[in-house]
Amino acid sequence: MTSVKIDGVSKQFQGGTVALQDIDLEIEQGEFISFIGPSGCGKSTLLRIVGDLIEPTAGSVTVNGKSARQARRDHDYGIVFQDAVLYDWRTVSKNIALPLELAGWDRERRAKRVAEMLELVELHGFGEHYPWQLSGGMQQRVSIARALSFDPALLLMDEPFGALDEMTRERLNAELLRIWDASGSTVVFVTHSIAEAVFLSTRVVVMSARPGRVSRVIPIELPQPRTAATREDPRFFELATEVREALHMGGSIEEKVVA
Amino acid sequence: MTVAMTKRAREWFPALVVLVAGIAIWEGVVKGLDIQRFLLPAPSTIWTSFSDNQGQLWHEGWFTFQEALGGFAIGCTAGAVFAVIVARWTLLGTAFLPYAIAANAIPIIAFAPITNAWFDPLTKTSKMVIAAVLCFFPVFVNVVRGLRSVKPSQIELMRSYDAGEFTVFRLVRVPTALPYLFTALRVASVLAMIGAIVGEYYGGSLDALGANIQQDAALFQFEKAWAEIVIACLFGIGFYLAVVLCERVVMRWQPPVEMVGA
Amino acid sequence: MVRAVGVNRVGRRALLLLAVLALLWGLWEGYRALGIHFGWTRPFTVDASTMPHIHDMVWALFQRPNPQAPLLVVTLLKAAAFTAKEAALGFAMGAVGGFALGAVLAHSRMLQRGFLPYVIASQTVPILAIAPMVVIWLASIHVTAWVSVAVIAAYLTFFPVVIATLRGLNAADRRAVELMRSYAASRWTVLWKLRFPTSLPFLFTALKVSATASIVGAIIGESPSSISGGLGGAILNFAQYYSFQPQNLWATNIIAAALGVAFFLIVVLAEKLVVRRAPEHVA
Repeated sequence: MTSVKIDGVSKQFQGGTVALQDIDLEIEQGEFISFIGPSGCGKSTLLRIVGDLIEPTAGSVTVNGKSARQARRDHDYGIVFQDAVLYDWRTVSKNIALPLELAGWDRERRAKRVAEMLELVELHGFGEHYPWQLSGGMQQRVSIARALSFDPALLLMDEPFGALDEMTRERLNAELLRIWDASGSTVVFVTHSIAEAVFLSTRVVVMSARPGRVSRVIPIELPQPRTAATREDPRFFELATEVREALHMGGSIEEKVVA
Repeated sequence: MTVAMTKRAREWFPALVVLVAGIAIWEGVVKGLDIQRFLLPAPSTIWTSFSDNQGQLWHEGWFTFQEALGGFAIGCTAGAVFAVIVARWTLLGTAFLPYAIAANAIPIIAFAPITNAWFDPLTKTSKMVIAAVLCFFPVFVNVVRGLRSVKPSQIELMRSYDAGEFTVFRLVRVPTALPYLFTALRVASVLAMIGAIVGEYYGGSLDALGANIQQDAALFQFEKAWAEIVIACLFGIGFYLAVVLCERVVMRWQPPVEMVGA
Repeated sequence: MVRAVGVNRVGRRALLLLAVLALLWGLWEGYRALGIHFGWTRPFTVDASTMPHIHDMVWALFQRPNPQAPLLVVTLLKAAAFTAKEAALGFAMGAVGGFALGAVLAHSRMLQRGFLPYVIASQTVPILAIAPMVVIWLASIHVTAWVSVAVIAAYLTFFPVVIATLRGLNAADRRAVELMRSYAASRWTVLWKLRFPTSLPFLFTALKVSATASIVGAIIGESPSSISGGLGGAILNFAQYYSFQPQNLWATNIIAAALGVAFFLIVVLAEKLVVRRAPEHVA
């Protein structure tokens, strides 16, 4: 069943920059899709178009059979940014509860769901802490908990682990897969890291810049569930190489892409 | 618990030393060099004058403080309200902000005689107006800055929840602006007292501090004048600390920051 | 192309300024007209005395207060210069002294702990309350009157500058300091080449506030004593005769306002020249 359908989407910004040109993509329910590409290939823009935070100049996006705008209104997706975007003046629990408050849930229901979410991201006991008391990795976990709090079918993530160190990143990758498995949502993930894209995804969408377009879509048929051992699988390296070559062909040589 | 206490004590010890030493030196110099009382009274004589006139002093101080408080309330509210309006319509904001900042440079105190002409100088109103105008600008400028300092990603997040403008205002802009508001309130509390007292120099009831300070100074009753100044300081510092306390309570979520200056 | 845009911007700013002034003028005259027509007594009685016409105020500048006196505007500009001199001297003394003390405190934790609370507390003390007394004292030990007023201005500048200097000197990025140390730079060099430039934005923020405070301090300081050469004296003088010639006091205030804004703008200009970064207007 198609979860997200991107049909002929183009985006041109004022001033003439063509951020995206004619993007066609279909994402199935339950998939984990990564967008990877050099700076300027439009991956973040595309993510925001799916989330109806930016309007395409041409083309359309359908989410769960509705327009992107309707999907946003119906809270069909949760979004996680690179910066955790937690509100300093709210405790961890209150931050997670924010979308639920806006959706009009009553106190009891909110408290129950927040407790579930804290368990899910393994931050049990940190509910009454304030964001400044948590590490970067923990803040991102709160951000993920918030995004999942109303159990959306779709999760949009814009380089959520980009600001973290390698070890925390790998740990959070594993956690994200566990959460993905437990929640059953579709994930659209933007990243700069080839290893991360290959490790997490069911398919990797390689994009190129000027103008932003899809170069290749590479299916990742590594076995699930993926563990630390997966990163040492020879097939993992082959797939990473495939992605890297697709990136180079797309003209990303001068851009910094982390392997 | 005791470790924290000794740490605290050690931090405040040098300040205490300076205070005690300062007063001792003052007393010593005045007595030792037999400085004329109208030049610089000794702390002991000021203290005597203070305790002798306590009742009257507190009464005068309270009178003046009410003027300051009233002006503070009016000025800060007006400043905040206008800031909300201006921040909402960015075009207005970009236009007005520089003028508000420049207007802050006008010696508003020069208008004290005019407010005395408008309102009966013996009432509190004329001084309240001065205090209010002095409080208005810092609050206005700071709240505008605070409301505008919201990060774009925070707005994006709210849009992803399809939150309305007022909700965004209530849940995001207001809390973001609070630290800025409190910085301004601290400054305003000081300005309000100054406005009230100085306003009284241009004409005020003898129930008020400013008029008395001026009179006593002119009559060379310096000990009494100093005692009145001490009262003014007490109210001023008290007001400031009250604002700081309010700030600590409202913004419990702030990480402990080393406070250097207001 | 850039030149044209620059001129365009200045032109637009000037237009906007005129629009704002016109708006204020309209509000004033409008309120006055309505107030007199309806006989408003709240919040204050509106009549020819409490709200003179704006053009009367401006016109008053070009009148002689009495037949032997020079034009008002001449008297006032002389008074403004007098006050400006006091304020400028005080500002300079306060700024230099404040910076020096700030630099000393920045290098000693112990001294900081001893003196900083008083520096901070002094900002909360209504200093202007002391102004009349300071002037009277110093006059009685034969200090020239206008110097004592400068002392008040210096006081108002001194403490904010100390605090801003402290914050500014300590605001240098730790890594930038480490870089300096790796070049075996002496403490003095680090102070001069790194910490001082880093502290400039903080300093200018304080100086902008102090510029205004110096003018205010000078005006207030002039009031109680027999200093009649400055704006403070002029204000007192015209306040006495307000019921006869209200527009004179207003005219004086216009000049005082212009002086305050001028001082402020001079510091803003200095900041633009010295700090090659976008200046931040922090209240």
